[in-house]
Amino acid sequence: MNLTLKVWRQKNPKSAGKLETYQVKNISSEMSFLEMFDVLNEQLILEGKEPIAFDHDCREGICGMCSMFINGQAHGPWQQNTTCQLHMRAFKDGDTIVVEPWRSKAFPVIKDLVVDRSAFDRIIQAGGYISVNTGNAVDANAIPIDKKDADHAFMAAACIGCGACVATCKNGSAMLFVGAKVSQLALLPQGAPERESRVLNMVAQMDKEGFGNCTNTYACEAECPKGISVANIARLNSEYLKAGLSSEEK
Amino acid sequence: MAFTGLFLITFLIVHAGINSSIFLNDNGETFNEFAHFMSHNWIVRFLEIGLFAGLFLHIIQGFLLWKQNSDARPVKYLVNKQSSNSKWYSRSMGILGSLLLLFLVIHVSHFFVGTKVALYSGDKPHNLYDEMKEVFSNLWIVILYLAGVFSLFWHLYHGFHSAFQSLGIHHKKYIPIIRTIGTGYAVIICLLFALMPLAFYLGWLA
Repeated sequence: MNLTLKVWRQKNPKSAGKLETYQVKNISSEMSFLEMFDVLNEQLILEGKEPIAFDHDCREGICGMCSMFINGQAHGPWQQNTTCQLHMRAFKDGDTIVVEPWRSKAFPVIKDLVVDRSAFDRIIQAGGYISVNTGNAVDANAIPIDKKDADHAFMAAACIGCGACVATCKNGSAMLFVGAKVSQLALLPQGAPERESRVLNMVAQMDKEGFGNCTNTYACEAECPKGISVANIARLNSEYLKAGLSSEEK
Repeated sequence: MAFTGLFLITFLIVHAGINSSIFLNDNGETFNEFAHFMSHNWIVRFLEIGLFAGLFLHIIQGFLLWKQNSDARPVKYLVNKQSSNSKWYSRSMGILGSLLLLFLVIHVSHFFVGTKVALYSGDKPHNLYDEMKEVFSNLWIVILYLAGVFSLFWHLYHGFHSAFQSLGIHHKKYIPIIRTIGTGYAVIICLLFALMPLAFYLGWLA
């Protein structure tokens, strides 16, 4: 198929960016979206032009690196799918596709479609450690955990930290991400000792990074490639309220 | 937002409940009795201060929320297909709330100010029913009130369950119940409020 691409080009964080138009020809419907970008970049290199910078790593939907806002949707038109797993059969011959980077004050554009998501790392760091006994690794089932709790913690832990929730949310809120990260430990006995300080510190860091606030549109859940539930945002809220009322930390 | 929102939600039940006494069609006798009680009982007068405090807090919180949220995305998307992932009313709480605020200014100037002036000037008992009849004889005001109720419906329809989510109440068992109560609440309250100006304008009441 032949396509027209309108891609956000931005030289560096300080320069003003704009959409550039490119034509790509003979794209296979079996290609992934990133493979189509590889074809375009090879074409640009042959023409002596600067290739488009974009994030990618595993290309199998688990690392959370790819981050494109495609035709007005994070990771494109497919549900529960990352950009690298989006295939060109999602488009028709002759389509025009607009590709932009994640837009958030907390995710500044580094170059073209690459944004700096280290704000997420700082939120995780703010969560701190969990207390565990040193020595040999304990037996996997030494601590009894309710099956439902284990399942919910696992579902929360499926978050790959790609930032699609922030990119999609009309408020640029990171509460689905933080909710997932708080939930995955709050639901388990291993996360209990630092439960209160973790949620307070992570929320404080989230606010410091300049993310917006949740107004419950649930767009984040709809666009999350891992289908992280907004129940995690409610859990974040209740954990935060409880910790705020009972914790001696400021 | 959730606490003040739920507080205002409970106020609307009282407001709609008392105002519905106009439908008894007794020439506003019961309604005026209620109105007299509401404007003279000292407990109600005290609660009135709380109501205005709650309302102002809700407005201020809403404004701060809007400011922080718009600051969080300084560069907007050129193409953004928001309709594919969320409902329009859930994204429009700010604008719906602002419309409601405009409506409230008019609403308060119509009914609240008149009652207070009569109360403090020591004139004969204020007939709020007659005042409603007069105000709602104007077609444009009826249309304005219906537009206000339209904004209120969508604001409540999203706000009701949203408040519970913000307070951390999200349970598979309770979500359908909260959603059903929220929808029923928004429909009943707004239907009652919409019928009031219509009933006067269309001459359904004596």
